[in-house]
Amino acid sequence: MLVRKLVLVLCAVTGSAVSAAETSELDLLRAELEEIRHTYESSIEALEERIRQLESSARAPVAVADTASPAVPVAQEKPSDFNPAIGVVLVGTATDFSPDNDFAVPGFMIDEEAGPGEDGFSVGESELNAKVNIDDRFFGNFTLAVADEDGSTEVELEEAWFETLTLPHGLQLRGGRFFSGIGYRNQFHRHADDFVDRPLPYRVFMNGQYIDDGVQVRWLAPTEQYLEFGAEWLRGAGFPAGGAGRDGKGAWSLFARSGGDIGSSHSWQAGLSWLSARAEGRESGNGDSFDGDVGLALLDGVWKWAPNGNPSSNNLKLEGGLFWQNQDGLFTPGGGGVLAYDDDQHGGYLEGIYQFKPHWRAGVRYAWLDTDDPGAAFSGTSLDTLGVSPKIYSVTLDWSHSEFSRLRLQYSRDESNIDAVDRWYLQYLMSLGAHGAHRF
Amino acid sequence: MFRILLLLGITMVAALPAAAGVSVFACEPEWAALAQEVGGDLIDAKSATTAQQDPHKIQARPSLIARMRKADLVICTGAGLEAGWLPLLLRRANNPSVQPGKAGYLEAATTVALLDRPRRLDRAEGDVHAKGNPHIQTSPHNLTVVAKVIADRLSMIDPENVSRYQANLDDFLSRWQSAIERWEQTAKPLRGMKVVAQHSSWVYLNQWLGLEQMATIEPKPGVPPGSGHLARLVDQMQQQPVQVIIRAAYQDDAGAEWLSDRTDIPVVVLPFTVGGSEVTTDLFGLFDDTIQKLLASAR
Repeated sequence: MLVRKLVLVLCAVTGSAVSAAETSELDLLRAELEEIRHTYESSIEALEERIRQLESSARAPVAVADTASPAVPVAQEKPSDFNPAIGVVLVGTATDFSPDNDFAVPGFMIDEEAGPGEDGFSVGESELNAKVNIDDRFFGNFTLAVADEDGSTEVELEEAWFETLTLPHGLQLRGGRFFSGIGYRNQFHRHADDFVDRPLPYRVFMNGQYIDDGVQVRWLAPTEQYLEFGAEWLRGAGFPAGGAGRDGKGAWSLFARSGGDIGSSHSWQAGLSWLSARAEGRESGNGDSFDGDVGLALLDGVWKWAPNGNPSSNNLKLEGGLFWQNQDGLFTPGGGGVLAYDDDQHGGYLEGIYQFKPHWRAGVRYAWLDTDDPGAAFSGTSLDTLGVSPKIYSVTLDWSHSEFSRLRLQYSRDESNIDAVDRWYLQYLMSLGAHGAHRF
Repeated sequence: MFRILLLLGITMVAALPAAAGVSVFACEPEWAALAQEVGGDLIDAKSATTAQQDPHKIQARPSLIARMRKADLVICTGAGLEAGWLPLLLRRANNPSVQPGKAGYLEAATTVALLDRPRRLDRAEGDVHAKGNPHIQTSPHNLTVVAKVIADRLSMIDPENVSRYQANLDDFLSRWQSAIERWEQTAKPLRGMKVVAQHSSWVYLNQWLGLEQMATIEPKPGVPPGSGHLARLVDQMQQQPVQVIIRAAYQDDAGAEWLSDRTDIPVVVLPFTVGGSEVTTDLFGLFDDTIQKLLASAR
């Protein structure tokens, strides 16, 4: 570069001199110029050779740092430099239920959050999340959620857990308050759902989401196919457990999950989970309470399709789950007395969501429940089936302008009680701050 | 129940395949291809995505978690390209040797100077990347730098074969350097060529070969065009003619085709990465094909 500049300058000089100068003078200048160029070229070659040598010596593996960036002045360190990734999700829902009855599912003991959502306008399910590496061994996560219940707004500690980053042999340990690993949908935040409300069996058997305090260990098998096993030991405070029985260690669970790809367009995951929970003085609905052991088994699966694995224009997702529950213990009706209870209950759901054009998705869902009839002794209590086989049909349409915003409309025909209810939902979901994770 | 799970686990562990050299998990095909050049038969490199997929929009699929679990080296672009799925994969894969900061974790974008660093960091500007444009593989000079870093990392992870990695690297770089010279010669007619791109996917190619990107079909990064924006583009292209509309194989063709119909300017689908066209089976093919397609449309 330097040589070229020099030559240009010299050319300009010689060029202007041509008219005045003798030819011999011009030759002399040319010779000088040639000499200068030669000197420069050889010194540049020497420099290039030195650079090559330095580069190859620097290539020898010495340290992890790969950015030999030139020294630049750095900004002064701020106390906020190590702040966690903060994400806020704003959720707002407007509903219209007709007729607007108190929610109950005859034949089932349910907890507060099993309902279909608040009447009218609500900002429930909005949340604040902070997560970051604590140090080189641990990762931390903290979520506060807003819950609108019966007209009052409460802020709840939804998640507060740490997990290990460097355990060997594919092991990972999590401790604190977390979403239990049982069931596919249980690990998702509500705002990541494809429908406004959770599938009916999740609501009835797990109060929407089984959250509890304790420890979880997961092991990821070193196999080609994804295969993960997990176990949890929990306080037993969240429904279907209750009352933190067995000295505050009232629940344990096991789960296994596998999944993979079929070609580049299909992928799937299936799981099997088991929860054993102690319920002590667990209240439900109309003043009834239950003391006993709860066993809950879940079989679930999800299958996703996108042409060539590119979901931008079109994609399809099918999801389903089967639930089986046994509750064995003493049932205390609100009206008094104690009844021995030992019965099985079942349920399931199947849903499909199709993105038919960019930004737009439509979905359908069917969910049902089924229970043994505990007999005439239970008439008038929440375990009285009233001859109902509960089911809900839902359809949804949503529009996402970007990955961070979504509006949706949902209609459900709720036949979970004697009188069928039409439920309309209009909801916004807005995600602010840190980029959310694309969970499968 | 527990016994069944245990039994299942034991069977799966027994069925473990024998380890075959260094396992490389690449987020994008270009890094798998580059690692293969440097690692040769000492490594097994697989890409998490294909040229038909948008690297922004991947989910942490079960197959990817399983693959990362066994990886010795993770090579991704970084600069926020995989922000939606890579951090989750890293946490779910339970693999301490590929966590950020370890020799087994490499973000290619940290090794080169990035272009297009946004002046304003705001999601109202679309899917902006705070560190700059992440599509660094569209300039071969960037790949030269990354190849050297990959050789360093492989040497750290597998010190017994340092000399073989070095030899592979030297061999690759000499072939690469002469290819670059060849490309720079053949691509001379492209200097000053005016293009409209679907997304700012080729800023490094543009800088290298002197193409001028006059506009993008996306009004903002990652935001699909509305009819108003497309109409304005037609106006702009009538006043300042461009020679070609370019898009990558994975990108939506609707906007580009619409513009092409209105303006009679051809659409060229560039490979963007290895596997992006039939002839693009390696990195050499990537640039051969890219330059040939651009030259063909310039005629």
